[in-house]
Amino acid sequence: MSFSTALAHHFLPETILALGVLALILIGAWRGTRAFGLVNELAAGLLGLAILALFFGQTSEASLFEGAFVDDAFARFVKVLTLVGSLVTILMSRDYLQRAKLGNFEFPVLVVLSTIGMLLLVSADNLIALYLGIELMSLALYVVAAFDRDDARASEAGLKYFVLGALSSGMLLYGASLLYGFSGTISFDGIAKAITGAPPLGVIFGLVFVLAGLAFKMSAAPFHMWTPDVYEGAPTPVTAFFASAPKMAAVAITARIVFTAFPGIVGQWQQIVIFLAIASMLLGSFAAIGQTSIKRLMAYSSIGHMGFALVGLAAGNEAGVRGVAIYLAIYLVMTLGAFAAILQMRVEGRPVEKISDLSGLSRNNGTAAFFLAMLMFSLAGVPPLAGFFAKYYVLLAAVDAGLYPLAIVGVLASAISAFYYLRVVKVIYFDEPAPAFDHSPLSLRAVLAVSTLFVLGFWVYPAPVVEAATAAAKSLF
Amino acid sequence: MAVAFFYLFSAVLIASAFAVIVSRNPVHSVLFLILAFVNGAGLFLLAGAEFLAMILVVVYVGAVAVLFLFVVMMLDVDFAELRQGFSKHLPVGAAVGAVVLGELGLVALGWQSAPGAKEAAAAPIIAGVSNTAALGQVLYTKYFLFFQASALVLLTAMIGAIVLTLHHRPGVKRQKIEEQNARTRDNVIEIKKVPSRAGV
Repeated sequence: MSFSTALAHHFLPETILALGVLALILIGAWRGTRAFGLVNELAAGLLGLAILALFFGQTSEASLFEGAFVDDAFARFVKVLTLVGSLVTILMSRDYLQRAKLGNFEFPVLVVLSTIGMLLLVSADNLIALYLGIELMSLALYVVAAFDRDDARASEAGLKYFVLGALSSGMLLYGASLLYGFSGTISFDGIAKAITGAPPLGVIFGLVFVLAGLAFKMSAAPFHMWTPDVYEGAPTPVTAFFASAPKMAAVAITARIVFTAFPGIVGQWQQIVIFLAIASMLLGSFAAIGQTSIKRLMAYSSIGHMGFALVGLAAGNEAGVRGVAIYLAIYLVMTLGAFAAILQMRVEGRPVEKISDLSGLSRNNGTAAFFLAMLMFSLAGVPPLAGFFAKYYVLLAAVDAGLYPLAIVGVLASAISAFYYLRVVKVIYFDEPAPAFDHSPLSLRAVLAVSTLFVLGFWVYPAPVVEAATAAAKSLF
Repeated sequence: MAVAFFYLFSAVLIASAFAVIVSRNPVHSVLFLILAFVNGAGLFLLAGAEFLAMILVVVYVGAVAVLFLFVVMMLDVDFAELRQGFSKHLPVGAAVGAVVLGELGLVALGWQSAPGAKEAAAAPIIAGVSNTAALGQVLYTKYFLFFQASALVLLTAMIGAIVLTLHHRPGVKRQKIEEQNARTRDNVIEIKKVPSRAGV
């Protein structure tokens, strides 16, 4: 296969987005401030096109650009999730941004640029590709966090995210330099081949620094400090974006690097991942209890869910990776649905974000109340909703791998976190009604309904997701 | 000879890097930063990477540091205020720093590379091909993806800077050359006949 056909077959989504985003910038610059609606729709179209390219594209594995870029079933699975996260964000953001007078065409452009970074990250097969993917993803995220630049909280969120993100990138680069110094190569494969027998201290140090840098990006405890403040300060559609697409990419590259670059020293990285998982699950369940803002609640909830995803990774085998893949898919749908509901929280034109604002939603808007309650049950992991199966697959993998303490902590954390999810349901159904929310746009209602349908119907027909996740996990080994 | 220069450049580099963070005057800090960059460029020259050395001087000294100097001089940043709380956080910070430094010392002392790492990492200097040409040969072929991805990173940075800083102020009177050119005597001058002794 010649290089250009390989490019056309395996690099198509990235090509579509990269060329498309340049066209979007031109359109935006040409039409100026009126361009937002058009650029927004075109960006959604581009992301949709990239998803189609993945669905109907190649099913073979390929390594491109001298081993910098790998296209396999795992990459394609996570790429679809990432693209769905970005696409839904763009669809949900339009109304909010226009009402907040933030309707600039740069927003969809930055989201697409960030998505290109995530796709490169998911397919990264050496250290430089990993770093460039992370930077492209993060740089755009810092900017969209501060997109509401006249708002002090949003500016603070952007600055905080930027400073801590730069710190984490520095740690990642330092670790990468140690790994390169040890093995003399940047490719994951080469690093795996260089590590024979007991690894020297330098390699373990490099591994720790790289994993710490990645844990920052997926906001796993104890590298989560920025998450609640950034999630609360950033405009709500941006928060929805942060909680969905970048997490997919960050978890995926973590899985790829530990299994392709460090397959010989499972014991070394396993203890780090176990620690991250336990810390995230416990923090996610305890720290969320006292929150009054629904956005902060979702921030802690996302930290806890990343902990559960890492439980699957800690198992260190194919079943574990399958659990991670299923977890990511279900987490993505639940989070996007929950944010579709949060974006509907608007009283007399102004957005509200306190949990108490949801009081008595069941009497004001029964349908939305039911959908949100189902999503909360699912986030808590109540059977037979999708969130239960997500946790089931990762905990099963952990038990099969003999990690009983980890699985027990997982079950306990899940039970504790059920408290605050169920409190939201209680507020919705049993408290005195707060002022009713405004009529919300179709896109938000559609996202909420579709995600609830997925969550409710997953147990009836889980085969598509589970089969795709199984194939994805297989390709990583 | 090269060894002597290596130690000279390294010593000045470390000393000036230290001076960057301890000098009280921010302008001095930036000047020491420039000194550190120039010494870094010297180290690159010793390693036979003359292209990187020149790039370091042109980009970091010529553009970044000078720009930084302007910012420091023009913005009245109160560095004394920024240092507030420094002594309060010093014990914890120093303890963490000491632990990390100790661990890094252990790593450095017990450093061992994988067999064959040196050969794998070595970039042979090809006779008759200059450094710049050698970089050009791989930058657009072998490292094409990295080159394009870096370009996208820079594009993102550019868009980000514009989004976060550009203000469209309404009511600003700008020069519109086409309007100026389109002015004719007929549509801008109004001739009024003022009767004598009556005023306007």
